[in-house]
Amino acid sequence: MTDSTTTPAGSHGSGPFIAAIDQGTTSSRCIVFDRDGRIVAVDQKEHEQIFPKPGWVEHDAAEIWTNVQEVVAGAIGRAAQDIPGFTPADVKAIGITNQRETTLLWDRHTGEPVHNALVWQDTRTDALCRELGRNVGQDRFRRETGLPLASYFAGPKIRWLLDNVEGLRERAEAGDILFGTMDSWVIWNLTGGVNGGVHVTDVTNASRTLLMNLHTLNWDERILASIEVPAAVLPEIRSSSEVYGTTSVGGLADVPVASALGDQQAALFGQTCFSEGEAKSTYGTGTFMLMNTGDTPVNSYNGLITTVGYRIGDADPVYALEGSIAVTGSLVQWMRDQMGLISTAAEIETLASSVEDNGGAYFVPAFSGLFAPYWRDDARGVIAGLTRYVTKAHIARAVLEATAWQTREIADAMTKDSGVDLTALKVDGGMTSNNLLMQTLADFLDAPVVRPMVAETTCLGAAYAAGLAVGFWPDTDALRANWKRAAEWTPRMDAAKRDREYKSWLKAVQATMGWIDEEH
Amino acid sequence: MPGPIQSLERAAAILRLLAGGERRLGLSDVASSLGLAKGTAHGILRTLQQEGFVEQDPVTGKYQLGAELLRLGNSYLDVHELRARALVWTDDLARSSGEAAYLGVLHQQGVLIVHHVFRPDDSRQVLDVGAMQPLHSTALGKVLAAYDPVAHREAAESEWSALTARTLTDAASFEEELALVRARGWAADLEETWDGVASVAAPVHDRRRMPVGAVGVTGAVERVCDGDGVRAGLVAAVRDCARAVSRDLGAGRF
Repeated sequence: MTDSTTTPAGSHGSGPFIAAIDQGTTSSRCIVFDRDGRIVAVDQKEHEQIFPKPGWVEHDAAEIWTNVQEVVAGAIGRAAQDIPGFTPADVKAIGITNQRETTLLWDRHTGEPVHNALVWQDTRTDALCRELGRNVGQDRFRRETGLPLASYFAGPKIRWLLDNVEGLRERAEAGDILFGTMDSWVIWNLTGGVNGGVHVTDVTNASRTLLMNLHTLNWDERILASIEVPAAVLPEIRSSSEVYGTTSVGGLADVPVASALGDQQAALFGQTCFSEGEAKSTYGTGTFMLMNTGDTPVNSYNGLITTVGYRIGDADPVYALEGSIAVTGSLVQWMRDQMGLISTAAEIETLASSVEDNGGAYFVPAFSGLFAPYWRDDARGVIAGLTRYVTKAHIARAVLEATAWQTREIADAMTKDSGVDLTALKVDGGMTSNNLLMQTLADFLDAPVVRPMVAETTCLGAAYAAGLAVGFWPDTDALRANWKRAAEWTPRMDAAKRDREYKSWLKAVQATMGWIDEEH
Repeated sequence: MPGPIQSLERAAAILRLLAGGERRLGLSDVASSLGLAKGTAHGILRTLQQEGFVEQDPVTGKYQLGAELLRLGNSYLDVHELRARALVWTDDLARSSGEAAYLGVLHQQGVLIVHHVFRPDDSRQVLDVGAMQPLHSTALGKVLAAYDPVAHREAAESEWSALTARTLTDAASFEEELALVRARGWAADLEETWDGVASVAAPVHDRRRMPVGAVGVTGAVERVCDGDGVRAGLVAAVRDCARAVSRDLGAGRF
């Protein structure tokens, strides 16, 4: 036999193609897709995680830009190798999806970052956020922005940089400094950088800054004044799917840069959740669930975030409710690395499947407090309901159930806020290979759980948005036709049993609260 | 019965000598402790090294036990690990073939379906994960029986029930079929399990070339076959998928 290719031979047609860049938290990737939304070529490169102090997380934005150029060239090179007759001109557009909220300021004249990027996980703005909440608290800007005042979001990070980098505020006010989340940084560089690069962001990324008004989709001057961010640093807010400029990096020649979407919104788009009430959940180390709420931003009274889902060109924006779970896949990693109860993540299913149920045990992994819908940072993890009967296999089962119950709690909050019942949940991410988890999820939600055939929904979403902008795909219906069901799990749990176990879970959640005494 | 094989006895003695604690021994230590000529000891050590049972320190030239020995006792591949590795490739197989894709392993006297990807149309389908299929009639089962001696024994001892008019029910024609599977590298089931249904499957190997499972597609015989039997393009897609999963498990290129 001859050497085999990395994708099944003969399975992807000839061009044209769409490329997407995923500038993620740990790595940057570029994927080339064909018209059916199938992967043709991939390249990926990790970047350094910089931890200057406990709780601080930074990225070197120059390294990231270098990596982005390399993975674009790498993916184009691979496509040229694997596809007879491929030329870079077959790539009709390039889209961008990115880690959200990570904040960078750079000099518009030199293109040099003035400081490492402050990553979304960085908690250095905790105290600043409390201060900004004044007597109102963390919901001070929620009505305008849909967000609580929390350290993830970009606005307070900009303020921290302006306060802490010598002379920066003066330069910013003089118009010499540009702010961007990673989409803006990548697009500015792709389109020429200091030589005419366009300084833009999309509505989804802008909706994570705490600075954009969700109703007008413009920067909110009152909030800018409160957080003390000069308007001169801000990019222009554009739609998620339009041509921002063209790029010639990585062997491409004047290819339109035609989409930008935050990573979770890109997954919503890639899962083709284009109708009100459709929802997706991405199961990685943590979990992010988004529900399309149509053309109205729905205020959350149940601990969710209101955000922009996407906006295609001049069409009305589509809003979403978002709920995040801090610990899901990372709990399985904890069982492997800290407890040593399994040797690979996949073995959790083997161990959990060796028993019929959880044996009465419930595991609430509130390792750094509870996220949605509780938002309690005084909570810490518990394993409740222990008896002599409980084995490590029951604990493994409780670990998987923890992810399913937490999803159920977010789904309940979404139903309360939006008034729309969840009819089905589209899932993606690494944990979807866990069959027991997916069945448990369907059982606890009492709704079908559906996995699509493309695992890379985040990159696919960016590619879809870019392809729509250049007419590669005519409309969202064409994208829906690309979406193929790979598996579906239907609920088969007795309703009374589900209610009883949900009650036990909620009791276990109560037991986590108040463990940490009044803060520092 | 022939007597014990001397070189194997000597190899076992060398492994015992190297075992226990953090032992590193030079060639002459090994030779003199066991009363072997240096050339003999060196030949055995070289062979053990090639198999990964012994490693030689590149600086000091001393020998110690190799990592392969540890893996021997812990060689079971978790089926959920197998599914996780196969996921993207089987998705692609279903898309490119237009048929449902399955991943099966030997379990007791049959094939346990550990992964199932729906046929990519919008029809209603039920997830078959956890279902059992017969070894003697399905493409997945024939692949396992052809490559895994334990599966072969299970198949030989099975009931040979005639599921359709085309099921092979005697040992001789089954063995002939398995020889064909080994020669071609893939197996077919042409309405031998279900009327109107055909399937094709190929073996998945791990990094030591052990057969750990079978991957294949199943569909209506009219779509899966043309005048000459299973469509060639479908066979190629299934074999490409099996190779890709094997490579993901660390099997060498082939």
